Amino acid sequence: MSAAIAPLNPAAGPPAPGRLPARSLWSDARRRLARNRAAVASAWFLGFIALACFAAPWLPGLADPAAQDLRLGAVPPSAAHWCGTDELGRDACARILYGGRISLLVGLVGTLVSLLVGVSWGAVAGYVGGKLDEFMMRVVDVLYALPNIFLVILLLVFFSRSLLMLFVGLGLVQWLTMARIVRGQVLTLKQQTFVEAARALGATDRSIIFRHIVPNTLGPVIVYSTLTVPAVILQEAFLSFLGLGVQPPDSSWGTLISDGARVMALFPWLVVFPGLALSLTLLALNFLGDGLRDALDPQDRQQAR
Amino acid sequence: MTRYVLRRLLLFVPTLWAIATLTFFLVRLAPGGPFNAERDIPPAAREQLARKYGLDRPLGAQYVAFLAHAARLDFGPSYKFPARQVREIIIQGFRVSAELGGWALLVALLAGIPLGTIAALRQNRAADGAVMAIALAGVSVPNFVLGPLLVLVFSLGLYWLPPALWEGPQGRVLPVFTLSAAYVAYVARLTRVGLLEVLRQDFVRTARAKGLPERLVVLKHALRLGLLPVVSYLGPATAAVITGSLVVEQVFAVPGLGRSLVYGAFNRDYTLVTGVVLFYAVFLLILNLLVDLAYAWLDPRVELS
Repeated sequence: MSAAIAPLNPAAGPPAPGRLPARSLWSDARRRLARNRAAVASAWFLGFIALACFAAPWLPGLADPAAQDLRLGAVPPSAAHWCGTDELGRDACARILYGGRISLLVGLVGTLVSLLVGVSWGAVAGYVGGKLDEFMMRVVDVLYALPNIFLVILLLVFFSRSLLMLFVGLGLVQWLTMARIVRGQVLTLKQQTFVEAARALGATDRSIIFRHIVPNTLGPVIVYSTLTVPAVILQEAFLSFLGLGVQPPDSSWGTLISDGARVMALFPWLVVFPGLALSLTLLALNFLGDGLRDALDPQDRQQAR
Repeated sequence: MTRYVLRRLLLFVPTLWAIATLTFFLVRLAPGGPFNAERDIPPAAREQLARKYGLDRPLGAQYVAFLAHAARLDFGPSYKFPARQVREIIIQGFRVSAELGGWALLVALLAGIPLGTIAALRQNRAADGAVMAIALAGVSVPNFVLGPLLVLVFSLGLYWLPPALWEGPQGRVLPVFTLSAAYVAYVARLTRVGLLEVLRQDFVRTARAKGLPERLVVLKHALRLGLLPVVSYLGPATAAVITGSLVVEQVFAVPGLGRSLVYGAFNRDYTLVTGVVLFYAVFLLILNLLVDLAYAWLDPRVELS
């Protein structure tokens, strides 16, 4: 289309939307995102939470989360213990921050695993096509028939309930939608001339898939990943609440909520604060994901689940 | 139509076969046997147990027998309650879970659709903002946080409702509400999006132009199409309501299927876990088929193929 317009204005040269800094997808997206106040506030909040959790060991004045004080016992929030203490006299704030490290880590690692598996699976299926595509997508369909929480429970039942298994298991059940999204993208991308050009230049299939096609699917992939992070965090908390997830001595927000719920009749702050931490983080992640989707993909405002 | 249904039903077979095979071999790969109790079992008793569960036969024969029995939803006796058949446990638990899920879904529709409709008709005004804020909160607060908090307020604070057990109408209020909260939010969001899209279409303008009162335009014409996203969400929602009830059943000590699954997962009761998972798979496949049929019925433009 633009080719027809260009000759009218030879001085301007051929239009190159990708070259103009203000027009590129990324800077455009950044501008749109910056205008979304909820998303910006969420990003700041998440940065703050993440920093507080991961820098917890070096925070001045923060108690040791394992330090017990049996004479103190459970006390409600006070100046000395902002979130109160648990039955063993451990500082609840410290426990929440340390628990957040595992919750956030699970979210990130699980998403990474799902990203690796989903993108490779979808890209290969879409690119190769034919029988292989048919087979690979059937596998996805079969796994779709089960809600993924069952798959995780199956994996956790049949294998050891370790933290590593939890990371991998949560990631391994989250890649299905990612694979479908990437495959759909690849199906249209592989028809385009730049792929043909790459092939004419002698690029191998492998490098065409991973160097040329996959980078072009980045937009939807990023959007979907930001929405995967809260999903994984929620599932971890859910499993830990049931006692199937993170095992003591490790703790996450899920185990803290589970422990707190058991004694909430007496010490309600032990369930309220971890619940608040988890809920606010999920809320912020969802806001940020929605914001990114609107920013990167303004046409597609359909909500993905 | 009949051919379509038949073909879909035929497709169930390979899907279920794949899931059954997967679970069967996962069980064989899993560490430990069913009889890893704390106490040592005398060899004679162990042999007898192995015979009872058919574990003394070659793997191939076990696999064939497992498939043959699973086809009749017969998974043998539970590993941990040898006196009870897994099928019996499933049927008993599912009755309770289905009731809980059914109520929750009903509440979600009865509350979510009106909320979403109000939001759509008052787009970008205060009522819209309020509904969307509620929806976001509903999605972000996990039910294992909401449940304990509700107990804290309504049972332990106000003494209005019992904190647990599935007895009498009062006992059902908190579990049902806890389970439905997230789906109220989701249904409201879907209704709003769907309705907004439809209200912009030509046939709505025509309906208005021919002088139909606004109430009829919305209720009779727009909602029918605008609710399509909600209808297609009903399948996943029913699935989610039932998987989600895992946690709610745990929080409120409801004797449902989810609790059996968690119990089985804890105690490595392999027959129970495989049985429950396969049962859910069948249930979900049928559900998805029904949803597709309902979709075609509601939207005349959809063709079944």
